[in-house]
Amino acid sequence: MKCKKEAIELMHRYLDGDILKEEETTLRKHLEECETCQQHFHELKRTVTLLQSTENIQAPDHFTASVMAKLPPEKKHVKYIKWFKLHPVLTAAAIFFIFMFGGVLTSWNQDNQLVVSKQEDLIIDGETVIVPHDVTVEGDLVVKNGNLIIEGTVDGNVTIINGQLIDEQPFDQEGLMASVGEVNGELTHVDQVFEWMLYHIKSFFKNVFAVD
Amino acid sequence: MEQLIKDKIIQVKRGNRAAFEEVVAFFQDRIYHHCLRMIGNAHEAEDIAQEVFIRAYVNIHSFDERRKFSTWLYRIATNLTIDRIRKRKPDYYLDAEIKGTDGLDMYSQLASDHRQPDEEVEGLELKQFIHNEIANLPAKYRSIIMLRYIEEFSLNEISEIMDMPLGTVKTRIHRGREALRKKLRHV
Ligand SMILES: [Zn+2]
Repeated sequence: MKCKKEAIELMHRYLDGDILKEEETTLRKHLEECETCQQHFHELKRTVTLLQSTENIQAPDHFTASVMAKLPPEKKHVKYIKWFKLHPVLTAAAIFFIFMFGGVLTSWNQDNQLVVSKQEDLIIDGETVIVPHDVTVEGDLVVKNGNLIIEGTVDGNVTIINGQLIDEQPFDQEGLMASVGEVNGELTHVDQVFEWMLYHIKSFFKNVFAVD
Repeated sequence: MEQLIKDKIIQVKRGNRAAFEEVVAFFQDRIYHHCLRMIGNAHEAEDIAQEVFIRAYVNIHSFDERRKFSTWLYRIATNLTIDRIRKRKPDYYLDAEIKGTDGLDMYSQLASDHRQPDEEVEGLELKQFIHNEIANLPAKYRSIIMLRYIEEFSLNEISEIMDMPLGTVKTRIHRGREALRKKLRHV
């Protein structure tokens, strides 16, 4: 075996873990009989050990902070687009609520006028709607931006938006429902923006999912 | 650890800067060390090491998560350092004045070449001496020796980082080891 050409080549392959079993045997046999190569091999292994023993160095203080400060500014719209792409369902829901909220708030702010869903046989006294004694309202009654006095009967749901159900007998201790006439349905009282929105959303869903 | 880094990178891709900060903090010492050993100048090394992370951030979408992030990061570091060495003017070496770089200062390197090995060992800490010898290697051997023995990458990973055939990596690591053997045999 030629020391320079073959043995040293095998030593490097050994160090790289890139040597076949029989090549390793060949190398070992040669090392046993060649002192020069033995010395060479020893020096190579020692070199590797020395290299691996070197100390590690730490980055200067505030290195990470300086890197972060130098990063290009975030492009907000890019970020949103990415977010939308990643969350298509949430995006659809968000867009839905933006439209809902926008629309509902607009209608909340724009009409402050008294609106009554039915006017036949009802008395409108300024901002107050009165269902007289002898009157029966057939179907739902909605009063918006006004108060309601029920002396008669409502055969349906009553919704009061931005207004109050007025008790004609304020000293009655039995409570609100007792003092009113008959409501043969649900009484809903809406006078907060939030509830107003909720009411809209509820009716929206009722309309969407209504089964005829 | 590799999986943790991958998770962070996915977050960075989604626009999470805080996740990138953690990635920088995790790799900063290794990348800075690599740049310092390649460049030999603390100030310049810091500059380049920061540039490595900035480029990684800007190009993060070109990183394929199925691969190893450290390999990708070192590829940027290797390209930047080798590019910087190439661009250096020859007179840079004479002007270089390096403070606090563990004896990597170019004057001491020049001086050490003219001294006997025994004197070198006397004058320098052993570890500093080894680093000096690594620094004296030609850049093409230096980067590979660094990646193999300081950063402990496999030969295949080095081939990927350096974008060169495995055979070339092996040849260079053999030559680098031989060169260092001659320098370190008297230590
Ligand atoms: Zn021999």
